[in-house]
Amino acid sequence: MTVLRRVGLALLAPVLAVVVAVVISSAVMAALQVDPLRVFAVMVDFGDTPSQQVTAIVVVLNRAVPLFLAGLAVAIAFRMGLFNIGVEGQYRLATIVAAGLGAAVTLPGPLHVLFIVVVAMAVASIWAGIVAVLKVTRGVSEVISSIMLNVIALGIASYLLTGPLRGSPEGASIISTAEIPESGWMPALNGVLGVLGLANPPRQLYGFLLVALVVGVVIAVLLNRTRFGFDLRAAGLSPSAASASGVDARGMVVKTMLLSGAVAGLVGMPDLLGSTHAYTTDFTSGLGFLGIAVALLGRNRPIGIAFGALLFAFLDRSLVPLQIQDFPASVVTIIQGTIVLAVVVANEVARRVALRSAERGSAPATAVAGDGSAGPGQTAGGAGGGTGTGAGVSPTAGAGQRSDERQGTGA
Amino acid sequence: MSTVTTPPGTGTPPSRGPLTDLLTGGGRARRLTWLLLGIVLLFSVVRVISGQEALTGSSTIAAALLLAVPIGLAALGGLFAERAGVVNIGLDGMMVLGTWGAGFAGYQWGWGAAVVGGLVFGAVGGLLHALATVTFGVDHVVSGVAINILAGGVVRFLSELLYTDNPAGGGVTQSPPVQGNPPTFSVPVVSSGPDLLGSLESRHWFLVSDLAGILRGLTSGVGLLTLIAVLLVPATYLLLWRTAFGLRLRSCGENPAAADSLGVPVYRLKYIAVVVSGALAGLGGVFLVFIAGIYREGQVNGRGFIGLAALIFGNWRPGGLASGAALFGFTDALQLRSRSAVVALFLLVALLLAAIAVVQAVRGRLVPAGIAAVVAAASLIGFLTVDELPPGLVSFTPHLTTLLVLSLASQRLRMPKANGLVYRRGEH
Amino acid sequence: MPTPGMATPGTPAGGAPPGPGAGAGTRSGGPDGGAEPLAVELRGITKRFPGVVANRDIELRVRRGEVHAIVGENGAGKSTLMKTLYGEHRPDEGQILVHGREVSFRSPADAIAAGIGMVHQHFMLADNFTVLENVVLGSEPTRGGRLDRAEARRRITEISERYGLGLRPDALVEDLGVGDRQRVEIAKVLYRDARILILDEPTAVLVPQEVDELFGNLAELKREGLTVLFISHKLDEVRRVADSITVIRRGTTVGTADPRTTTVRQLAELMVGTELPSPQVRTSTVREAPVLQLRELTVAAPTGRPPVDEVSLTVREGEVVGIAGVEGNGQAELVDAVMGLRPLAAGTVLLGDDDITAWSTRARREAGLGFIPEDRHRQGMLLDAPLWENRILGHQTRPPAVKGPFIDRRAARTDTERIMREYDVRAPGPDTLAVALSGGNQQKLIVGREMSARPRLLLAAHPTRGVDVGAQGAIWRLLEDARAEGMGILLVSADLDELIGLSDTLHVMLRGRLVATLDPSSVTPEELGGYMTGARTTAGAA
Repeated sequence: MTVLRRVGLALLAPVLAVVVAVVISSAVMAALQVDPLRVFAVMVDFGDTPSQQVTAIVVVLNRAVPLFLAGLAVAIAFRMGLFNIGVEGQYRLATIVAAGLGAAVTLPGPLHVLFIVVVAMAVASIWAGIVAVLKVTRGVSEVISSIMLNVIALGIASYLLTGPLRGSPEGASIISTAEIPESGWMPALNGVLGVLGLANPPRQLYGFLLVALVVGVVIAVLLNRTRFGFDLRAAGLSPSAASASGVDARGMVVKTMLLSGAVAGLVGMPDLLGSTHAYTTDFTSGLGFLGIAVALLGRNRPIGIAFGALLFAFLDRSLVPLQIQDFPASVVTIIQGTIVLAVVVANEVARRVALRSAERGSAPATAVAGDGSAGPGQTAGGAGGGTGTGAGVSPTAGAGQRSDERQGTGA
Repeated sequence: MSTVTTPPGTGTPPSRGPLTDLLTGGGRARRLTWLLLGIVLLFSVVRVISGQEALTGSSTIAAALLLAVPIGLAALGGLFAERAGVVNIGLDGMMVLGTWGAGFAGYQWGWGAAVVGGLVFGAVGGLLHALATVTFGVDHVVSGVAINILAGGVVRFLSELLYTDNPAGGGVTQSPPVQGNPPTFSVPVVSSGPDLLGSLESRHWFLVSDLAGILRGLTSGVGLLTLIAVLLVPATYLLLWRTAFGLRLRSCGENPAAADSLGVPVYRLKYIAVVVSGALAGLGGVFLVFIAGIYREGQVNGRGFIGLAALIFGNWRPGGLASGAALFGFTDALQLRSRSAVVALFLLVALLLAAIAVVQAVRGRLVPAGIAAVVAAASLIGFLTVDELPPGLVSFTPHLTTLLVLSLASQRLRMPKANGLVYRRGEH
Repeated sequence: MPTPGMATPGTPAGGAPPGPGAGAGTRSGGPDGGAEPLAVELRGITKRFPGVVANRDIELRVRRGEVHAIVGENGAGKSTLMKTLYGEHRPDEGQILVHGREVSFRSPADAIAAGIGMVHQHFMLADNFTVLENVVLGSEPTRGGRLDRAEARRRITEISERYGLGLRPDALVEDLGVGDRQRVEIAKVLYRDARILILDEPTAVLVPQEVDELFGNLAELKREGLTVLFISHKLDEVRRVADSITVIRRGTTVGTADPRTTTVRQLAELMVGTELPSPQVRTSTVREAPVLQLRELTVAAPTGRPPVDEVSLTVREGEVVGIAGVEGNGQAELVDAVMGLRPLAAGTVLLGDDDITAWSTRARREAGLGFIPEDRHRQGMLLDAPLWENRILGHQTRPPAVKGPFIDRRAARTDTERIMREYDVRAPGPDTLAVALSGGNQQKLIVGREMSARPRLLLAAHPTRGVDVGAQGAIWRLLEDARAEGMGILLVSADLDELIGLSDTLHVMLRGRLVATLDPSSVTPEELGGYMTGARTTAGAA
């Protein structure tokens, strides 16, 4: 029963949030004389022929893969209370460097792909590592530093694209790096569709889907079943308690950011290895920010993130059909934005519900009246205390540590 | 072990020599004067060595002022929110909303309406943030990020709906041009008419011309809104530090439970603070619209975040955040005006770090001194070998400056104690 | 000032003559003079929280101008009751009468308006504000829209002089000691013209000398005709200061007593219902081999004097070494330094024969260092995690909960169940969230977890802080048993009776230094307090 209830509670928040978001965005659309029902009809219309439908599914899956990876990257940091807003810059910089180096070398097939992937992971990891080092050595909030590093990364990427790594001729409308030779392409999974008895669509289903699945499983096991994951989560729940238990908090910040960055480096890989084979001025952008949304939607659990990524990918797919039908395509962004806001509110509400039910659950066990909910340590500040936000994000530098609430230490 | 313990001497710090006393004694006003003078001197030296007249030219300074104002307004917005204990990462989104509101009202009813439109749109963003963080207890950073994502969608959606096929002009990413601009002022005689400062500046004399350029930049063609924005800094100080309202607002950021126990309406004050915060950020957006004469998507370009950094740099004080905004405005102006002048900053960094290295070495801290010396040397080499930086690299000058300044300064900062903590009344 | 035989709280005072006991146990007794209305009267107050009844049928009658003590053990519902009276929440049933008139408070502001003020156990002060700002906050004098600091300063100085509080209006609160902070709290209440003061466990954070000062202040207040509600569980203090006493047990009032005719023992029995546990001094189990040696340990601070200054001490097998001291004299830093949570400026730490000075916290724990932190929410638990994960915390590298690089969930759950059984942790199961447990049960889980690893040295910082009397006794017994089996224990505590009762050797820490070494079997709390505040020094310290 408790398992069922916990699953119910876990599902409650995101489902509620999606419903609320749909209602709110419908209201907004209606207020601006856009028929929400027709918009949603366009969204769920995957086409008439089997081929069209499979194509739509492939488009959704192809879009979901990078979103999943971005969400995973954000979530890893989130689980230890770090806010990696820098995924955007990390993957963009990683992708252009990997594309440039990938085009410059010749290696046999799988090795070439592996080389590109490893380069991307390394670059993004190092870029994320800067954030970590600034945080642990200089006390700079990772939120601010990763935002600044995003801009810097994009500047460097634009410099690399127009300068040293330029592969397209002068005067071309889209500037790009040199194309990666075919040995560095990732084979598509369309064969699998055939085996499943589905029509073979004109689109290619990214082979990177498999890699993303493996990464998801590995991260899930790492976070939930290993000592490293325990240390990471403990540091996220309470940095001070984790330190006292023997977790090296500073080292953990660096390791977590390196890991988060490494996953962030994969975000650009599905598109690069699966379709574009070069980094261009119009390479998919904004995945890092969407990744934050997806991670929040999935409550930082790999399975949840997968569902969140699918939902966002589904919404993204409808951009083109909406435009064709002459609807403002930005309703998609509105819905996504509202979902995020609704999700964070719903998560908080659900957390409180869970907490209250936990407290009630144990109340009969504590014979002495009253003390169960009013232990001295917690009545102290009211603010923060034991049941604070849990994220432990210190938006500022220096004195960011949540300090002891008791004030009796000043003598 | 001896048990006779003498009470630790906690008197006034001992004198550190006449020079240090001259420089650091005499209260804050004197220290500030010395600091400003030192900075001007440093820039003057760098200008003369590098020959980059843009470094202290009045047009650069005027542009710096122009660019500092939106950042400063965002930072002031952040000050209100964070002094009341609410971290506002959503400033950037509120600024974006402000630009759209200004564009929408401005193209129809003129510049006065644009100001109102920007304020209102920014305030709505603030209200949303207050609702999420204060009422629902959502993590402040998470809510702020969500608002940034949402703001981008909302303005695109509204533009798409209202500006495509609009006879007045505009499109998916921009509004029709704003009607009219607020008036500007110049100080007569010194900055206009005979323009005494202007003629001094063009002589390129050491220090004198630099001072003239800076003063002229600050006194000629100053917009009404700029004036208001600059005056808002002392006004905010008076409001937050000299009135009962300010004391109560700040108490929400220091110890909301204590404030609550004394009957201070914590929730209401937090709401007010965050809404004002959004309105000020929106005003920053208005300013950007006036600079361009039009609302354009991407106009804000992360200035809300830089404003937040300026706030942190300024140690959550009005004067401090103003100097932070000035710094970022200046570097931004410099990179926009002259890519070669940015290179002169290398020399500046080299000189500064060399000074730090000497000071650290004298104090016997050899490792930091060594690091500073190495970086100083690298900067010097950069200055000597690079003529002009490519546009991609120059574009992030203010952001890199932000990062460097924060990593140098952030450990001595003190934020409001309950900043970023979710306060729930009577929560056990 | 009355100085009765200093019977220690929680210890049945064997020496005190048994009083007539007439006052004790009579329900709603006391003179019921009709002429003057009571300052405060509570009738049948009941307050429920989800799942618990915190207060039930409370009856309280407080005369004007008296110091009225409300006693009861931790968790008996005293604080809940006072919050009701102060308007922090509303009672579900019952009436509140102030000066004979029925009132209904929606918020503390209403209570303040009715002349009631509260000094919270955990001070409600903004550290970064001055004394002046803290005092006037919420009812500031203004002139022309500006905060009138001159007027505020004048009024605070006046209050300070009238009641002998000795406040400096422009001092930053973060620079003040505990006693001063408490006086700021009192000034806050007086500034609002309160005629009825509630003091919630005011002596919990004070040393005996500061308690004397506080009682001096209270006498001043009484002389000015103010009414004081004094909440405590320290019975000897209550007897010294109170004019009348109301006892609360398990959420309800069980009687009133006259402090002049009631003994501590009678009060205690009324309060707990049974005999109290107490730390007993037993035969020494100290062996030769040292388990922990600190040699001239120094912890540096960025500015000012070092928080820990050349501390040397030795803990032997089977020995409890107590560290006494006013909070903030470096005990917390010393604990952190021993655990490896704070870098050392100088000195060495030896665990057994190993020099662990440069070891990480994890390595220290693996080598046999157990840790009961002073603030369990900050350092001891993951509140939002289930109990079995809290079982792993601090033992991430050791069986039974861990297998190689992996977490063994099943074993962790099983072992958590064992700890819950053996250490009497009352919770539904290992999957319960830690936050749902009472303070005492959380602490028993921590003690059980640390003991289960069989450490060579246990570092126990305030091991019974904020736990109910039952859990306190249980934890004391566990520490005694462990000591008997040869574990060395370094005990840091603010509870002088706990220190005297459990320690084999007692050091006093003042301004980062060990200033005295005392024999716990002969020292009194007053002497100890003297060393702690620096009023006394000794030449015979080791």
